[in-house]
Amino acid sequence: MTETESFRQETREWLEANCPESMRHPYRNEADACWGGRNFIFQSDDQKNWLDRMAAKGWTVPTWPVEYGGGGLNREQVKVLKEELVRIKARPPLESFGISMLGPPLLKFGTEVLKQQHLPPIARGEIRWVQGYSEPNAGSDLASLQMRADDMGDHFIVNGSKIWTSYGDLGDWMFCLVRTDFTVKKHEGISFVMFDMSSEGVSTRPIKLISGKSPFTETFLENVRVEKNQVIGKINDGWTIAKYLLTHEREMIGGSGASRAGGVTVSKVATDLIGTDNGILSDTVLRTQIARFEMDERCLALTMERARDEVKAGVSLGATASMFKYYGTELNKRRYELLMSISGMDALDWEGGANCDGLLPKSWLRSKGNSIEGGTSEIQLNIVAKHLLGLPG
Amino acid sequence: MALVLNEEHTMLRDSARDFLKSRAPVSHLRSLRDGANPKGFSRELWSEMVEMGWPAILVPEQYGGLEYGYTGIGIVLEESGRTLTPSPLLCTAMMGAAAIVKAGSDEQRDSILPRIAGGRHLLALACDESPRHAPHKIDTEAVAHGASYRISGNKTGVADGHIADTFIVSARTGGGISLFLVPAGAAGVTVKPYRVLDTHFAANVSFDRVEVQEQDLLGPLNGGIKILDYILDVARAGVSAELLGIAQEAFERTIGYLKERKQFGVPIGSFQALQHRAAQLYTELEMCKSLVIKTLQTLDEKADGDAELVSLTKSKLGETAHLATTEAIQMHGGIGMTDEFDIGFFLKRCRILENLYGDSYYHLDRFARQRAY
Repeated sequence: MTETESFRQETREWLEANCPESMRHPYRNEADACWGGRNFIFQSDDQKNWLDRMAAKGWTVPTWPVEYGGGGLNREQVKVLKEELVRIKARPPLESFGISMLGPPLLKFGTEVLKQQHLPPIARGEIRWVQGYSEPNAGSDLASLQMRADDMGDHFIVNGSKIWTSYGDLGDWMFCLVRTDFTVKKHEGISFVMFDMSSEGVSTRPIKLISGKSPFTETFLENVRVEKNQVIGKINDGWTIAKYLLTHEREMIGGSGASRAGGVTVSKVATDLIGTDNGILSDTVLRTQIARFEMDERCLALTMERARDEVKAGVSLGATASMFKYYGTELNKRRYELLMSISGMDALDWEGGANCDGLLPKSWLRSKGNSIEGGTSEIQLNIVAKHLLGLPG
Repeated sequence: MALVLNEEHTMLRDSARDFLKSRAPVSHLRSLRDGANPKGFSRELWSEMVEMGWPAILVPEQYGGLEYGYTGIGIVLEESGRTLTPSPLLCTAMMGAAAIVKAGSDEQRDSILPRIAGGRHLLALACDESPRHAPHKIDTEAVAHGASYRISGNKTGVADGHIADTFIVSARTGGGISLFLVPAGAAGVTVKPYRVLDTHFAANVSFDRVEVQEQDLLGPLNGGIKILDYILDVARAGVSAELLGIAQEAFERTIGYLKERKQFGVPIGSFQALQHRAAQLYTELEMCKSLVIKTLQTLDEKADGDAELVSLTKSKLGETAHLATTEAIQMHGGIGMTDEFDIGFFLKRCRILENLYGDSYYHLDRFARQRAY
């Protein structure tokens, strides 16, 4: 038996013994996702056990080094683990911006002390992180941010406000971009800091979206004390960290466009609801658009696979994260447009049973934000034009 | 299999690129046209390609071939797309060789494959009978006549039909469709070549009681559809690879122009209206690269191919190369409309390959059918 095969067998046996039955189904709704953190209320013992067991194994962050709470797995092993999780339809044990966003820059740029302090609690789902990037007057032009951090020797005093903080009201700690120098060019006076959301002077206000939900907040900082030892990278060199993190955020958002809806294809939904004549979807014009969509969906999946293979073969990626972010989010919007068209009047039912308590229209509305958050599609195209095509700015 | 080229294929690509750049750049196509070359390609250049071993790429070693697979020949076609070089590579070295390897009898393989590898035998697929691709709509008949068959019917738009030594012909044989290998010189075969819009040729080929023998069947009697579909899928993969080369080259030339051409005192590539279109096109081209390599690898790995993937690839490549070449004209502005400038050749070649063996609409429909909707 090869090493990979025996790893697969061990993994399969371990998952069989440790993944609770109720965790082997796709999410039914948002409440099924486990975000962890100080104030998280587990839906069930199974949900908590699943998190704790995976965390103890290091498999909430399988690629991270063991000393920071990770699994220390190599690429091949991670692939096997993912395949085995998919095989039993296991839910993610933990959803976490600490893992998907903060982790990569902290691993790359953080000091040993900061890594020891923050990474293990992230891996165990004990601390829930939120992102402090956008400001009311710094959206697409993120680097023009104005949140002010005044140097007080061993700490900063921070004032200002952030907007579009995902789950800002539920977060334990924030990673945040602040201006530490107002006298230099905008990219050169930014620092990347971290602080506890329960610090004095921090408050949040929910933002109600067109989808009816409030997943975002405004976040206000009034004379908040932030320790200087909570800076990643050098003071005034935060833009480097910020961009690195954005690359990972964009990959995450773009990748989510590749596969959604619990494995049910758009064409399956369509044939079920609309029916077929001689094997051809009864609405032939809609069929064309569905086929175009499903082709592009496969294109994206293949291209993400190719990008991973190229990384393995030593080809650097760079701005391709912007390409995937652009393509994946535009694709996801198309997915919901098609699902809305396929479902007809049922798609408009805001509360009733026809589409799972309004999940479809709410998801459709929410998807409009995909091509705005994490940098708009237009910003991604700017980046592709500038950095991949070398067009003059 | 990793979606990257291995070392062998990378070397093949580099040598193909170097050769085509120096021996057959776009000016070669232009000179064939200006000289009204009656065959639309250069026999001398073909001999050099034979020396490079290109028609031998798909042929098994025992028949004097190189066995570099579909990925190998696909790479060469992609490079020949970049230079718009006319040659029998697609119809003979890829489709023809694949047909004989896949379905040929021992005698057919022994007799034809070494000649394909040596560049001495050219093939063409005579399947369509109407202007729009519809390979399953076949009126041509092969009527049994003792131990032989007599083929009668009209085939249209046969790529390389004007130079083929042998036609692969689809015909009704009572219980189904069968494929036959028919020598171009057989009594009753009439070839009417016509020049297509970029100086390549196609031909309408008619068969009037053309007599062939049982041993001229390619594959089993009445079992031709499956083989025909396979041969067509190979050809479509080849066309897609060529389209990828065309699209990339047209795109790169256009990006170069956007950086160089100045209006209002600045390079026009600094305008966001053009930047975003260029970036979108770049993204689509990245998708196309993944499709082409995946399709070629799949043909190498799976004996029956993958109809859904091939149709996806042909549809998407047709569409994207179309966009790349039309945007190329628009972004070049007035100069793009002049015959003196080369970019127009890309638009023309692209339009031909888009149509060949099924356009984007045809393959969108086939993709959806493969997915049962």
